[in-house]
Amino acid sequence: MEAVLHDSHHEDHPTGLMRWFTTTNHKDIGSLYLWFSLLMFFFAGTLAMLIRAELFQPGIQIVQPQIFNQLTSMHGLIMIFGAIMPALVGFANWQIPLMIGAPDMAFPRMNNWSFWLLPVAAILLSTSFFVPGGAMAGGWTMYPPLYIQGGISYDMTILAVHIMGLSSIMGAINIIVTVLNLRAPGMTLMKMPLFVWTWLITAFLLVAVMPVLASVVTMLLTDRHFGTHFFNAAGGGDPIMYQHIFWTFGHPEVYIMILPAFGIISTIIPTFARKKLFGYTSMVYAVAAIAGLSFMVWAHHMFTTGMPVAGQLYFMYATMLISVPTGVKVFNWVATLWKGSISFETPMLFALAFVCLFTIGGFSGLVVSIVPVDIQLQDTYYVVAHFHYVLFSGSAMAIMGGIYYWLPKWTGHMYDETLGRIHFWLTAIAFNVTFFPMHFLGLAGMPRRIPDYALQFADFNRLVSLGSFVLGASQLIFLYVVVKCIRGGAKAGDRPWEGAETLEWSLSSPPPYHSFTVAPEVK
Amino acid sequence: MADHAQTYYVPPPSHWPLVGSLGILTLASGFILLLAKVAAGPYVMGVGALILIYMLVGWFGSVIREDRAGKLEGQVDTSYRWGMMWFIFSEVMFFGGFFGALFYARVFTVPDLGADELLWPGFVAQWPTAGPGLKEQFTPMHAWGIPALNTLILLTSGATVTWAHWGLKRGRRDQAKLGLILTVALGFTFLCLQAYEYLEAAFTLKTGIYGATFYMLTGFHGLHVTLGAIMLTVITFRVFAGHFTPESHFGFEAVSWYWHFVDVVWLVLFVFVYWL
Repeated sequence: MEAVLHDSHHEDHPTGLMRWFTTTNHKDIGSLYLWFSLLMFFFAGTLAMLIRAELFQPGIQIVQPQIFNQLTSMHGLIMIFGAIMPALVGFANWQIPLMIGAPDMAFPRMNNWSFWLLPVAAILLSTSFFVPGGAMAGGWTMYPPLYIQGGISYDMTILAVHIMGLSSIMGAINIIVTVLNLRAPGMTLMKMPLFVWTWLITAFLLVAVMPVLASVVTMLLTDRHFGTHFFNAAGGGDPIMYQHIFWTFGHPEVYIMILPAFGIISTIIPTFARKKLFGYTSMVYAVAAIAGLSFMVWAHHMFTTGMPVAGQLYFMYATMLISVPTGVKVFNWVATLWKGSISFETPMLFALAFVCLFTIGGFSGLVVSIVPVDIQLQDTYYVVAHFHYVLFSGSAMAIMGGIYYWLPKWTGHMYDETLGRIHFWLTAIAFNVTFFPMHFLGLAGMPRRIPDYALQFADFNRLVSLGSFVLGASQLIFLYVVVKCIRGGAKAGDRPWEGAETLEWSLSSPPPYHSFTVAPEVK
Repeated sequence: MADHAQTYYVPPPSHWPLVGSLGILTLASGFILLLAKVAAGPYVMGVGALILIYMLVGWFGSVIREDRAGKLEGQVDTSYRWGMMWFIFSEVMFFGGFFGALFYARVFTVPDLGADELLWPGFVAQWPTAGPGLKEQFTPMHAWGIPALNTLILLTSGATVTWAHWGLKRGRRDQAKLGLILTVALGFTFLCLQAYEYLEAAFTLKTGIYGATFYMLTGFHGLHVTLGAIMLTVITFRVFAGHFTPESHFGFEAVSWYWHFVDVVWLVLFVFVYWL
């Protein structure tokens, strides 16, 4: 009976391209997600380089304003949906089954489709640059009424968002079911590695809010083409209504992009501090609290749209409240380091930089949560600085740290430590040169999303652009290190990091194609 | 089940997801061409829809074969249950977005538009409305005609599908067959009445915020009823083909969950779109 159930043809899968098109293996699919994410990271990063080249000096030099708007809109959209989210899902695919002792994801075929929908969306978004009128230029938030007026690429963007939403929902359901149903015997919820916990909660957020995004962009589509008046006051609708529904999705989305990063950091720090994570239980509750609060603070993105004072006060205080569970997390990371025997390999460098720089992003978030301050800073470079501190030095640097941390496990080779450290230091320094001065630019009143600026901002902008070019170029080192590590290098043992304790390190490096054919016993 | 990993069914490599992605790419491209008023648009969409249908038939077909082979029992069955539950939750949130628009418009937007005499002089804030700029006169849908009848039909269909479930669980397959046929018939009756209501309606999708919320909510609900009815039809054929046992019939249960979900959405819709 057992032999009948366990199909023998599992081991022989198609080779070449068809292996990747048809795979039902969580490791293959995880790799696909990560490569796709890296490709999109460079694509959207190139758009950012063009933005910074235009902003190198005042006046219009390289791109016309319409093109500039396309660059900022698509940079944001692709970085969020194409680079950061797929990278984190890639980690989930690779790591969750390994960390909970599962044979694979709960729905391996659906897992494949979750990934292969993303290239469809990417095709729509990247070809939209070449249709009449150029790519979508209404900002990644797609606000009406501007969005209603755009050309054909705006429809392509809406459909791409639908398709990416479909992908995210299926991916999230897969993760939730895997975590709830496929844990090894003995692995109770409160024994799960924190990375798995953060993804469980993130997946819940995804299932809850991606459909809301789908519904609101559907309303945009019908307003554009089928004569509805959802966002048109003449028909009794309201453009502000769009913002409310959009940010009902958008704020949880912010945490979707950071919670798994918290999980990665909470895995790396104990390993290299050679101590157990301080306050595991409070970490779990903090993540859950952040996720719960994320549904109740959306209107802090729209303080300047006009809102009763009571509403502004509520959203201000609710937003500030999020800093309590976030503070718990930062405290626990620092407490884990306390009296640890710390070593500074590349993953740890990224993790430590994350703790410092993400905290700066958290503090600037507290600043803009204050209503009167936000009204001054709305749509200035201060906001750009704030969300790049949480998204680049937060999510993206956690992703890079996680890649360095697990590459030895995934490939069986050690990465080049020297190059890794060079990549880290260049990234960390260039990141701050790029984004720290933006705080000053924003405080001085430089508006975001504008291709030209007053002469007084020229010096800082030149510095920012130079920093961004170094930041962009440094990522080529990252690509080189990853490729080099896949192609060969010093053999990594089963447990290259002696402080690492989660289940994946009990397997060989790289792990067998089907990891836990026999579920491990967790004490 | 200490050795659950050996019994957990991991399907072999499958080409269906790839077919599905090609279908969606074709469908989306066709839709974009249609919106750009290119003549080929509808045909490309048609091809995309056919590819998608081919994928759905093929993919679900292989799942049914796996089910018949007993591969989807035990822990896999639990996965399917969790999966269906979270899928329905995501659908609830999708409708939540449109209900959010309805409530926001009724509670905030329309009263605000009528509150300022300088902004839209003479506009009286009331529901339903086509908005201050359109000045369109129309007769809204009354709750106590076809919509009330449709409520009765859907509630009855919820009861018949449960009756069919009882039949299946007690091994009375004739009861299951009859219950399913009744449910499918009630489902399609609902859809016919809904279509008739649309044809007779004295307003359109373009009738301001009332027309927009009415048609989007009832339209998406109708789409879900259509899907549910098709799924129930498949299940009916499967029961006639001798599938399912009193102990194991998750395909049936998943569809009946979906049907109850569609039912509940209709109740909320009836109260807030038609009645109040």
